[in-house]
Amino acid sequence: MTETQDAPARGDSATLPAIELAGVVKDYQSHGETVRAVKGLDLTIGEGEFFSLLGPSGCGKTTTMRMIAGFEEPTEGEVFLHGQKVTGVPAHRRDVNMVFQSYALFPHMSVFENVAFGLRRKGVERSEITRRVGEMLEIVDLAGREKRRPGQMSGGQQQRVALARALVNRPRALLLDEPLGALDLKLRQQMQVELKRIQREVGVTFVYVTHDQGEALTMSDRIAVMNDGSLEQLGTPRDIYEHPASKFVAGFIGTSNLLSGEVAEVADGRAVLAYGPGERIVVPLREGTAVSGGQHVELTVRPEKIELHTEPPAGDGSMIRGTVSEVVYLGTSTNYQVVTSAGADVVVFTQNVNSAEDIAARGDSVWLSWDPRHSYLIGQIGATP
Amino acid sequence: MTTTTAPAAAKAPARRRVPRKGLGLRIYTWAVIAWLVLPIAVMILFGFNDTSSKFNFEWEGFTLKWYAQLFDREDLTTALINSITIALASTVITTVLGTLVGLALGRYSFRGKGVSNLVLFAAISSPELVMGASLLSMFVTLNTPRGYATILVSHVMFSIAFVAMTVRARAVGLDPSIEEAARDLGAGPWTTFRLVTLPLIMPGVISGALLAFALSIDDFIITNFTSGSTVTFPLWVWGSTRTGTPPQVNVMGTLLFAAGVLIAVLNMVASRRRARRG
Repeated sequence: MTETQDAPARGDSATLPAIELAGVVKDYQSHGETVRAVKGLDLTIGEGEFFSLLGPSGCGKTTTMRMIAGFEEPTEGEVFLHGQKVTGVPAHRRDVNMVFQSYALFPHMSVFENVAFGLRRKGVERSEITRRVGEMLEIVDLAGREKRRPGQMSGGQQQRVALARALVNRPRALLLDEPLGALDLKLRQQMQVELKRIQREVGVTFVYVTHDQGEALTMSDRIAVMNDGSLEQLGTPRDIYEHPASKFVAGFIGTSNLLSGEVAEVADGRAVLAYGPGERIVVPLREGTAVSGGQHVELTVRPEKIELHTEPPAGDGSMIRGTVSEVVYLGTSTNYQVVTSAGADVVVFTQNVNSAEDIAARGDSVWLSWDPRHSYLIGQIGATP
Repeated sequence: MTTTTAPAAAKAPARRRVPRKGLGLRIYTWAVIAWLVLPIAVMILFGFNDTSSKFNFEWEGFTLKWYAQLFDREDLTTALINSITIALASTVITTVLGTLVGLALGRYSFRGKGVSNLVLFAAISSPELVMGASLLSMFVTLNTPRGYATILVSHVMFSIAFVAMTVRARAVGLDPSIEEAARDLGAGPWTTFRLVTLPLIMPGVISGALLAFALSIDDFIITNFTSGSTVTFPLWVWGSTRTGTPPQVNVMGTLLFAAGVLIAVLNMVASRRRARRG
């Protein structure tokens, strides 16, 4: 399931990845039992990349980040920063900085002292510190607040102090542990844009840990979806949304309909699943996928890709009959739940472009159709990219 | 020492109009304040008593001569110096050790943590008389000559738990990622402790230290068991009650009390300032 990457040869400084994890395993002792939090992770994060580790709580994403930061040591495997092995190097000697979920600002120090903390540890000259802290506070839009204490600031401001405190050291990589988790929705959306801007401005590699798929999709260059200590899928946000590689990814990223059926025929690199009269689902078979007639398969299709009709639609795509079980009006769109023979509770999003009223009501008989390229086979036969 | 905040509290309700229905509360409040302050007031007052008898029980007129002759009684002065040096030394030792214990208990989980907590609690709750007697039999068994050193050891022993408790309370409320942030920013373990951990637990350390000093300087029971021939201020006062306590004792008590009030007020001002700065 994991995408293997060609790791650039170590020692070639121009193409060195910012961060590399090789076969990283982390075990914890809990009540006398060994719990494996990370189960053999291989990851290569490029220079200047906005990289997200996405997964539900307990999937090992935070542990992975803490191993990069140096707060945890892997049980097996190695961590490399810019080609240099850092396994065993303590956190205060690693050239990465972290933004903590709780911000972890020093409450007894002013904003200036907080931001200057790392530079002072490095023995940077006083005038240089003043200049760089000033610059960084400018970037995070906190100029003039140097003398404030963290306790006198709002959550969003504290967040930006934490960011400045880490970035001012010009780390090789910035690690962010669910940094927006404590903010309210509106501020969170603002900060997402803000973070992306700051990352572009300073050009530092960002490793972003989150359980919020929307956040990961919005900001990342690439996303690693983790589940239960392993990598489920690695790719660009579009890759992961449009081509979920597993049932877990399909379910975790956005809303997905999980359908199933029996293969009636395989032709032209497509499998056709048959149901009642006039009903069929056409699934493109990607390279390396082999299915045969009579096989039971599972597939996903996103709710916004499905069209809802009151009459049998024309065309040779997927079409299936169903009964509307629920209609939810959401302003910009209307959601329908439709019971079909391919799956109960198929969710359909329709944009309310110019409809004054809903297409169908509860209990109506409807037809669903979608383009074959929006269906993906998942599960044991797998759609290995 | 434990009543040092009473005068500050007494100043607060100065001449403000209180609704009539609060009369009962007002009487009650003043009664409590009087209850706490009266013995101290008597002690202070009799330091100014121009007494001619050996016993300083009856008011005979105002004088400042006891302040002038404060150090005339050599044995009393020695006892006071003993008390003060023991209190200072035991406070320093106790604060260092107790802070480490409190940090360990508040920040980390380790084998034997529950037992350590229990031992601390036992040290606080066990009767002083029992502790003193068992310390004495221990020193006798170990053939340790009783004196200045054994007093110091005993004082450290019984006050360490108080420092550990106040520091632990502070350390428990500390976000562990604050220390991690310091490490992440390049501070080694010692720098992290000096610049981040210690300033954050400082209020707990200070109140623990004040408590340790207060416990040590007026301890009688345990000191009485472990002192050998060394005399401290409380022991001297106790001994003198049979033959007549000189007014210098009242003066010394007054000065100790004043020092206590001063430290308590300074501490309060400092913590208010800290709170205001956030």
